[in-house]
Amino acid sequence: MLCLPLAVALVVAAMPKRLAAPLSVGGSLVTLALSIALVVGFDSSVPGLQHTVDEAWIPDLGVRFQLGIDGISLFLVVMTALLWAASFAWSAWRTPDRAKNYFLMLGVGEFAVLGAFLAQDLLLFVLFFDLMLVPFFFLIGSYGTGDRVRATIKMMVYTLVGSLLMLVAAIATAILTADATGELSFAMADLRANVLPEGSQDWIFCFFAAAFLVKMPAFPLHGWMPDAYRSAPLPVLALLSGVLPKVAAYGFLRVALPIFPDATVQLQELVLVIGLASVLYGSVMAFTQTNVRLIAGYSSIAQLGFITLGVFSLSADGADGAVLQMVNHGLVVAPIFLIVTLLAERFGTEDLRRMGGGAVGAPVLAALFLIVTLATLAMPGSANFIGEFYILNGLFDEKTAFAVIAMAGVAMAAFYALRLYQRTMHNRLPAGAVSREMTVRDGIVLVPLVLVIVAAALYPGLILERGEASIQDKVGAVSAAREAASEDLAGSP
Amino acid sequence: MTIAQTFTAPDVDYAGLSPIIALTAGLVLVLLVGLAGRAQRVLVTTASLLTYAAATGLSIWQFGEGKDLVSGALRLDELGLVATLISILCAVFVIPLSWREEAADDAPGPGGHGEFQGLLLASVLGMALLAMAQNLVIFFVGLELLSVPLYVLCGSALRRQASLESGLKYLIVGSLGSATLLYGLAFIYGGSGSTDFGGIRDGIGSSLADDPLILIGIALTATGLAFKLSIAPFHQWTPDVYQGAPTPVTAFMAVATKAAAFAVFARFFEVALGPAVGDWQPALAALAAVSIVVGNVGALTQSSLKRLLGYSGIAQAGYMLVGIVAANEAGIQALFFYLAAYAFMNLAAFAVITIRERETGFGDDIRSVQGLGRERPELAWPLTIVMLALAGLPGTAGFIGKLYLIEASVAGDYTWLAVMIAVGTMISLAYYLRVIAAMWMRPAYLSDPTPETGHRVLPAMAGGSYELDELHMGTGGTRCRVIIGLTILAAAASLFFGIIPSPLVDFVSGAGESITNSLG
Repeated sequence: MLCLPLAVALVVAAMPKRLAAPLSVGGSLVTLALSIALVVGFDSSVPGLQHTVDEAWIPDLGVRFQLGIDGISLFLVVMTALLWAASFAWSAWRTPDRAKNYFLMLGVGEFAVLGAFLAQDLLLFVLFFDLMLVPFFFLIGSYGTGDRVRATIKMMVYTLVGSLLMLVAAIATAILTADATGELSFAMADLRANVLPEGSQDWIFCFFAAAFLVKMPAFPLHGWMPDAYRSAPLPVLALLSGVLPKVAAYGFLRVALPIFPDATVQLQELVLVIGLASVLYGSVMAFTQTNVRLIAGYSSIAQLGFITLGVFSLSADGADGAVLQMVNHGLVVAPIFLIVTLLAERFGTEDLRRMGGGAVGAPVLAALFLIVTLATLAMPGSANFIGEFYILNGLFDEKTAFAVIAMAGVAMAAFYALRLYQRTMHNRLPAGAVSREMTVRDGIVLVPLVLVIVAAALYPGLILERGEASIQDKVGAVSAAREAASEDLAGSP
Repeated sequence: MTIAQTFTAPDVDYAGLSPIIALTAGLVLVLLVGLAGRAQRVLVTTASLLTYAAATGLSIWQFGEGKDLVSGALRLDELGLVATLISILCAVFVIPLSWREEAADDAPGPGGHGEFQGLLLASVLGMALLAMAQNLVIFFVGLELLSVPLYVLCGSALRRQASLESGLKYLIVGSLGSATLLYGLAFIYGGSGSTDFGGIRDGIGSSLADDPLILIGIALTATGLAFKLSIAPFHQWTPDVYQGAPTPVTAFMAVATKAAAFAVFARFFEVALGPAVGDWQPALAALAAVSIVVGNVGALTQSSLKRLLGYSGIAQAGYMLVGIVAANEAGIQALFFYLAAYAFMNLAAFAVITIRERETGFGDDIRSVQGLGRERPELAWPLTIVMLALAGLPGTAGFIGKLYLIEASVAGDYTWLAVMIAVGTMISLAYYLRVIAAMWMRPAYLSDPTPETGHRVLPAMAGGSYELDELHMGTGGTRCRVIIGLTILAAAASLFFGIIPSPLVDFVSGAGESITNSLG
């Protein structure tokens, strides 16, 4: 399944231009079908990996091509496949110039992201994590708007600063572990089995955290975000904002917590502060911005802040909520960007102040948008509500003060989400703009996405149940470390 | 008692020497064939390709043997052979590049094709000797045999002032480097009393590790080699010489010289100076770090692609030096993996620059590749791939190479150097991506460039005129196709070895072991 997008992308590159769009869309739909088949065949009682692949890759360095799926990555994979299919289809209706390159890059991007979610070898994960950037570099730089070249280089440099430190950290982890065991291996299972001494864990954890926080982006490290969001083409932006940050949040759960449990406990509060700062900063910025893309962008920072809080509450509830919220946020933010495309086509601008009255001639679009908006602000009844509830619940048990402040973020989400909806859909139409209903073709993409949101709201247990066993497993490692730490404290008065 | 009885001829292992013999014989042949009249280009090219093919075949035949030749002056092992093969690869790649180059052209040019190829071959011979050297004398002879032809080749575009300047500059700086090196070698000989690497090792190992003579010798030798490898702070000549020299020569110089010089660097420091590892390791680590920073920062502001690659070469030399600093088998292996990958990446990049130099009037300016993605995807893709590979992005050989180096340096307790590599890579992204952005994200540069000044400053020389030169240029359609094919091949190789690195890893793995073998 992993290789399919890449294969399709390469075939597309070799095919005549006319066939590029239909072939890519077809390929992404098949990938989606395969990922759904994975869900059906998933055994939710097993905490470990399923559907594993394990091949030697660079034997000298102990790097293996090791893939597998568990309860945490399962739905992230489905979400990735779904959003990519939507993005492919959306782009196919608006075929860009030099379409072959465009679809090639999208395909490579899907390959890299799926690879990162499936990788069970630390080095393979780092490799896919870095590789992810390359297609986005081209997509934004070649097909974006505005000062795109500067924006895309800025994004690359920012995110690769983190990634390369992560590479060093990953190699250091393996080598330090090899000193203890005598065998060089990057397999995550092997690394978990031999926990490093705490001193080295701390700096290695910091390198990993830097990579993940830049990618998210979290509050002080988000400098690349506004420029990149302003210039990215919208179907690409839906992925950039919907899927890529999840790889980072997933990295925390997959790599940081189980492999560096002592450092996680040590630095928990630092990361929580960053998460909280992201929630507050993102929310405040989201309702002061007037560019529609940036509103969605800053709201992503806030949402990702929530997810970070959930992961680092270091409780099963918080992590459960975080996984659910990762899927939810991806599902919600992608349609927002797609709707923004439609709005920009209708109003000829992306400035909120010059929009309005969009609902007049387009009741269906307005209804869809309303559902998405309500899901964004975590209305009770939506899956986002359940996700945030779990996160706050987990956080409350562990760090009450953080939970209380984070509540403010929930309230602010209502402000910015409703403001976005009202300013675009209600009020009077500005002069010269026409409110049109969306076309059937756009509907084909949007309606299923919204239906998935509704489905997740009705039955979030689907995701939670399957994640549970794996999350217990990951958080368990940290709890053990924490108990050990508190015993140490108790033992040394 | 006859003379024959008292004077026994030394036992010569012809099989072991065969690659060097083949190169020498080929050199003579090429120079003779170069005298032929009209057909000289075809003949010369065939002769030199045959020579390289023979040398390659013989090297592969001798692969895996580890033995001393010529009373221990040369050491035939995989370390030397891998470096020789990389040099030969570069030379073979450069042959089609040099067709139509004014310096090497037959009819109008003052420098004939035969001389150009002959000098190239002589340089390769020097590299082979250097890579196998196990004695201070051969070390120096090999280094000079490598350098002297390059001085001439750099200045071989006689009508371009920049080329002449580059040749002169390289001559002066290179001689300074050689002199420093020789001075250092003299100190080491004085301190240890031996010119054999093994003898020096024994001398230092017994009691001389802190001998000031040896320490001065180590410092001066390292400085001399750093000049040749353009490691900062001994790098100032690099961008100027790279820019001025004819592009095919630059391509050859950038890669092949590094391969041979790093081979002898590794052998000399790890074998001969092995016992003094505590003395040179921190110094080389500092050199590597400075080189990484200076090279990457220097490249940021360059608009000439050749200068950009020159600075990037300084940084890359810094990365490779990390492999020697690590002072373990993995380090040498990483170094040679990186060298091989670097050969593919750099050759493809220089090939594209050569083609664009001839097609546009911008020379090697970054404007010459603007809009290439739309116009000439068959050139833009290879250049994109090798730029990403040089930047070390995953999925390319550059990534695996850096991975190896980082792993070796962490294993050698130089984690901070590993972090330096990562930091350098980040800085480097800014300029590699600029080239890619120019190709794919900016429109082609349309307005007519101003003719290059300096081109016509020198008086016309016997045997041709500018009009003839110009008539001759720009008719290289079919030859360009050969170059494009090779470029695509090299770029594909740097992608292939990034995804399936095992073949290349196997190829270089012997190089790491051969140091240990020659000690034991």
